[in-house]
Amino acid sequence: MNLFHAEDPLLQVHNVTRYYGDRIGCSEVSFDLWPGEVLAIVGESGSGKTTLLNCLSTRLAPTAGAIEYRMRDGAMRNLYQLTEAERRLLMRTDWGFVHQNAADGLRMSVSAGANVGERLMAVGARHYGNIRSTADDWLGRVEIDSERIDDDPRSFSGGMRQRLQIARNLVTQPRLVFMDEPTGGLDVSVQARLLDLLRRLVADLGLSVVIVTHDLAVARLLSHRIMVMRHGNVIETGLTDQVLDDPREPYTQLLVSSILQV
Amino acid sequence: MPVRLYLNNVGKAFTMHLQGGTVIPVVENVEFSVNAGECVVLGGPSGAGKSSILKMIYGNYRCDDGQILVTVGDEIINVAGAEPRKILGLRDSTIGYVSQFLRTIPRVSAEDVVAEPLIAQGAGEAEGRDTARALLSRLNVPERLWTLPPATFSGGEQQRVNIARGFIAHYPILLLDEPTASLDAANRAVVVRLVEEKKVKGVAMVGILHDQDVRDQIADRIVDVARFGSEAAA
Repeated sequence: MNLFHAEDPLLQVHNVTRYYGDRIGCSEVSFDLWPGEVLAIVGESGSGKTTLLNCLSTRLAPTAGAIEYRMRDGAMRNLYQLTEAERRLLMRTDWGFVHQNAADGLRMSVSAGANVGERLMAVGARHYGNIRSTADDWLGRVEIDSERIDDDPRSFSGGMRQRLQIARNLVTQPRLVFMDEPTGGLDVSVQARLLDLLRRLVADLGLSVVIVTHDLAVARLLSHRIMVMRHGNVIETGLTDQVLDDPREPYTQLLVSSILQV
Repeated sequence: MPVRLYLNNVGKAFTMHLQGGTVIPVVENVEFSVNAGECVVLGGPSGAGKSSILKMIYGNYRCDDGQILVTVGDEIINVAGAEPRKILGLRDSTIGYVSQFLRTIPRVSAEDVVAEPLIAQGAGEAEGRDTARALLSRLNVPERLWTLPPATFSGGEQQRVNIARGFIAHYPILLLDEPTASLDAANRAVVVRLVEEKKVKGVAMVGILHDQDVRDQIADRIVDVARFGSEAAA
């Protein structure tokens, strides 16, 4: 794994702050994300997790602060100084975004194969046979039967849609993937399968991931590092098992002690 | 033999914010070192802080005071102040942890659970699997279970899978957290032999072992943790 050996971070976040009028969305968040590192952002609803995720992924401009990303050529660029064309290229090639609701990340009226193939076409693939075979290969990797390649995702179950969304995101071999509650709203057995799949793909592909979740079990299984947010502030951060097994802040202790033991 | 691990003035307390901020002191001024090829066993009554010391060395618990110095090649790393990815790197290459409890991962087979640390250190899939099978066999885990995920195994079977996982890779430092608790005599003997083999390879070990027999067989030295208790110090 390159996480331990990388010399430079992939993403550097400096004092990112977002206000909604007078209200704080997130306040002065700073961190580095390393190649191959999975960072979980946890906290209750309204703590600013999703605001931060949207700022990082250029979906929502921060009120203050800067976010730098290491492009494929090695140059560090300020995300909010990219041209619109550069930003769009980044979002459809080097990045992925997995939404909680798969319908937000898929085109529901085109086939599963086209949902995956479309991202490939966006990076210049033109040969129909190659696109279809790559799409088929990716459906296999997310455990969707080849027979379903021409069906549209409206006929898929929630778990299948989520796996399709993941295939669509990973087909362009991104280096950084943002995930917003990717297992939210799924049955526990479906969740377990999805988590196992994500865990393997992230490790095999050496992906960097920023994942927002309120489920500490998801954070424990997937992430290397955890960031706890409350009222828009990062209140505690560190190695995932250290924060969960030896939480320091009162709010983190409350979160950890609120987990139901099975 | 060279020193592999050195704890210098290590101290830890828990602050329980949900119980009105009660501070529970655990240990103070912990100081000992472990050489290559040596097994140091932590002694002292339950609650003296033995597990907390082991967890601090592994970076699982935070260390409030002092230093935990680990020799990695010709570099010395202080676990107490290391950033997360440095600690993860140490766990990959340098410090192993053998515990009683297996955190099962859905859909991963017992042999893959065992092979994973060796493969992470660069071994091929085939070597990883063969070594895993040999260890599972030595620890008397029935062959029919090897390809199944351990979630549904009995407690003793899960424990032996986890022991195999803890011993498979080449860590210069190995932490043993009651590896023989609730094992039968035959399997205790296997663990004793595994520890002996690690000593021959120059592995420095720190262990918690309540079993008097096993302790007598593998301990080169016993460090009494009770003397690091905050009350003892006060």
